[in-house]
Amino acid sequence: MSRLEKPADLEKLRDQIVAQRNSKSKWLAVCAGTGCRAYGAETLADSLEEEIEKRGMGETVGVRRTGCHGFCERGPLVVVEPSGLCYLGAQPKNVPAIIDTLSSGDGAIDKLFFQDESGKPISHVDEIPFYKHQKRVVLENNVRIDASSILDYIAVGGYSALAKALSGMTPEDVLNEVKKAKLRGRGGGGFLAGRKWETTRNAHGDPKYVIVNADEGDPGAYMDRSILEGNPHGVLEGLILGAYAIGASEGFIYVRQEYPLARNHAQKALEEAREYGLLGKNILGTAFSFDVKIHRGAGAFVSGESSALMSAIEGHVGEPRPKYIHTSEKGIWGKPSCLNNVETWANVPHIINKGADWFCSMGTEGSKGTKIFSLVGKVTNTGLVEVPMGITLRDIIFKIGGGVPKGKKFKAVQTGGPSGGVIPESLLDLPVDFDELTKVGSMMGSGGMIVMDENTCMVDTARYYTNFLAHESCGKCVPCREGVRQMLIILNRITSGEGKEGDLELLEELSEFMEAASLCALGQSAPFPVKSTLKYFREEYVEHIKDKRCQAGVCSALIAYDIDQEKCEACGACLRNCPVNAVNKSEDKVFTIIQEKCIKCGACFTACPEKFGAVIKVPAYTMQKQPATAALIDNKA
Amino acid sequence: MENVKLEIDGRTIEAAEGTTVLKAARSIGIKIPTLCDDERLESYGGCRMCTVEIETKWGRKRLVTSCVYPVEEGLKVQTSTEKVVRIRKMIIELLWPAWQLYAKEYGVTSSRFKTGMTDCSLCGLCLRYCSEVKKANRIYFQGRGIERKPALVEGSELSCRACGECFSLCGSGWIASRC
Repeated sequence: MSRLEKPADLEKLRDQIVAQRNSKSKWLAVCAGTGCRAYGAETLADSLEEEIEKRGMGETVGVRRTGCHGFCERGPLVVVEPSGLCYLGAQPKNVPAIIDTLSSGDGAIDKLFFQDESGKPISHVDEIPFYKHQKRVVLENNVRIDASSILDYIAVGGYSALAKALSGMTPEDVLNEVKKAKLRGRGGGGFLAGRKWETTRNAHGDPKYVIVNADEGDPGAYMDRSILEGNPHGVLEGLILGAYAIGASEGFIYVRQEYPLARNHAQKALEEAREYGLLGKNILGTAFSFDVKIHRGAGAFVSGESSALMSAIEGHVGEPRPKYIHTSEKGIWGKPSCLNNVETWANVPHIINKGADWFCSMGTEGSKGTKIFSLVGKVTNTGLVEVPMGITLRDIIFKIGGGVPKGKKFKAVQTGGPSGGVIPESLLDLPVDFDELTKVGSMMGSGGMIVMDENTCMVDTARYYTNFLAHESCGKCVPCREGVRQMLIILNRITSGEGKEGDLELLEELSEFMEAASLCALGQSAPFPVKSTLKYFREEYVEHIKDKRCQAGVCSALIAYDIDQEKCEACGACLRNCPVNAVNKSEDKVFTIIQEKCIKCGACFTACPEKFGAVIKVPAYTMQKQPATAALIDNKA
Repeated sequence: MENVKLEIDGRTIEAAEGTTVLKAARSIGIKIPTLCDDERLESYGGCRMCTVEIETKWGRKRLVTSCVYPVEEGLKVQTSTEKVVRIRKMIIELLWPAWQLYAKEYGVTSSRFKTGMTDCSLCGLCLRYCSEVKKANRIYFQGRGIERKPALVEGSELSCRACGECFSLCGSGWIASRC
């Protein structure tokens, strides 16, 4: 292992590594992202290695533990290179069969392949609908490299953008390329990265800092985590390029403590990059020096806000500061500091390598390139998807995501995390674009996308997010702290059947006030969940307040559980699972729920076999009058 | 430092670059209500009472907090527009009944909210004074969001009582009652 003394050395090293890699004719890329690890991917990789060793195939077949492939719903995932066969849900017991197919060339294992609607197996990764409609740029390398090895990254072309910049581009050239690409910040704000870089570059103060924001905290979002876990060098290369363009000599990766794998991989990446002379003094033998430290976040959502994040790096409590002077001019210790999100930095090497024109060929007028979303919630194919900007929400949810499972009806999609909003079905043909999403009252955010079906109560959804914000707001400014406190009180009241006239108007007044008067973006956007659900699902609020009815059957104060005697097969599952003995069994095996005892935990509803669907939810008021099953809200269709 | 020219409530004034809109307004006798401001301390921007409406020389209009917004050439400031008054009224209501200094002036006699804020309004004056002026750091905020509350560093009661300089900063007497 030797330090690379000039950009050309990198190419030589790359040739060596590629030759080494090519000595093996086949590679098994086992997803070892956090999701697949939870499914047992590590054991799977171990047994694959053992089996290969046992059969003496070690010379020709290799196992690579990679970052997240994206199709988390169906992990653990194994992709065979170069054939592109993709095994889903592979278990150690499938290992011999998988290895068999390697040597015989065919005889694939149908049950481990994706199956289309007709049950026909789809063996090739690029043919699976989940992948087929994606455009993978940032995530592409996740499958191709072992994140803990710099050699793997170099083998697939890593650091070539840095070598290109340092050997033939001035810092201005790099900056201009990023400006020309119109790259917008992927963290939520969508601010033009090039403009931000320029501000820091032109600001007075020394040293200047560049920072990676890996304090991802939106519920259900894990894009940045997966990039940093799966391809830390990609992010680092982007950061080094940014530092070169801006004239920064120090950098930080602010990664939350809850992401141990991301932190470890980032740490390893820094160490290896230093060893190879890609980081530290005189990078690639040039006059450019730059080094990076990792700062571990202590788990505060608000620390993702730029001024709060910088306060935290300084060692203070992570609370936002009023920033009428931007952090790009006066940030960490009052010095110019350029903060970008993980995904934003990860795009930079691609822009430098392939050019701004290539980047601009993807996307819409105002939003160029691709965007990664974590598609979660009531959707068939949960996972990470990378799509070109401008694709419609419908394509993401139905073509890639496979729609809503169990034949339920789609209701809304929540984008942009707690600061975002819900988008109803009528707007599903909206192109995904920073400006379009903002126009309809949601936002791109960092890329969380939560699909909701007919069994989701929108008032409860608003209450959930408001509750999240009430505990994640720093509490410094009055509008945000007291505003969310009052919003939460009102929403709790409505969901527990105590809503009253004037509540909705008061919510709207609070929304307007918080948006106008809060200190930071968290407070200014904190009313969005309430505002957008009110905008598109106002009737649901009204129903809760006036009719004391929760159509989706979520708000427990407004529903009661009952047993449909015609469907009940007297299996007794409800009785066995009830924690408070509220299910009564009469002598002739008629099961009923004793309403006075019932705590509405829903255990009977879950326990009742789907094929019976005898435990049902009914509006609470119907149970007070007669024990009828007339007003059915939901049964397990 | 150079001077910049700006307009506050229709009056043109000159102020030193780097000073805040709030200070500039006060220098010519224009009153802007504040809760968390104290001239001995760094601007905090927490209470938002000093919100004003500005228009920059490029014609951009927005609401800003005057205690942290620096004066700039050609700035037009309006200190009590309808929007601003609405915000201040709401702040008084949300802090009700802990802080009623301007309630009368803004015509607020009760609150539509159950706030439960009987003493502390979380302005942070005591703890900032303790940290910035006394360099003692005996008071801090515990928790975040709606659980935020001030707290004394354990065992500080006696020394705090002996100093007591922050007691007069507290409108509600919270801090004095804890020592």
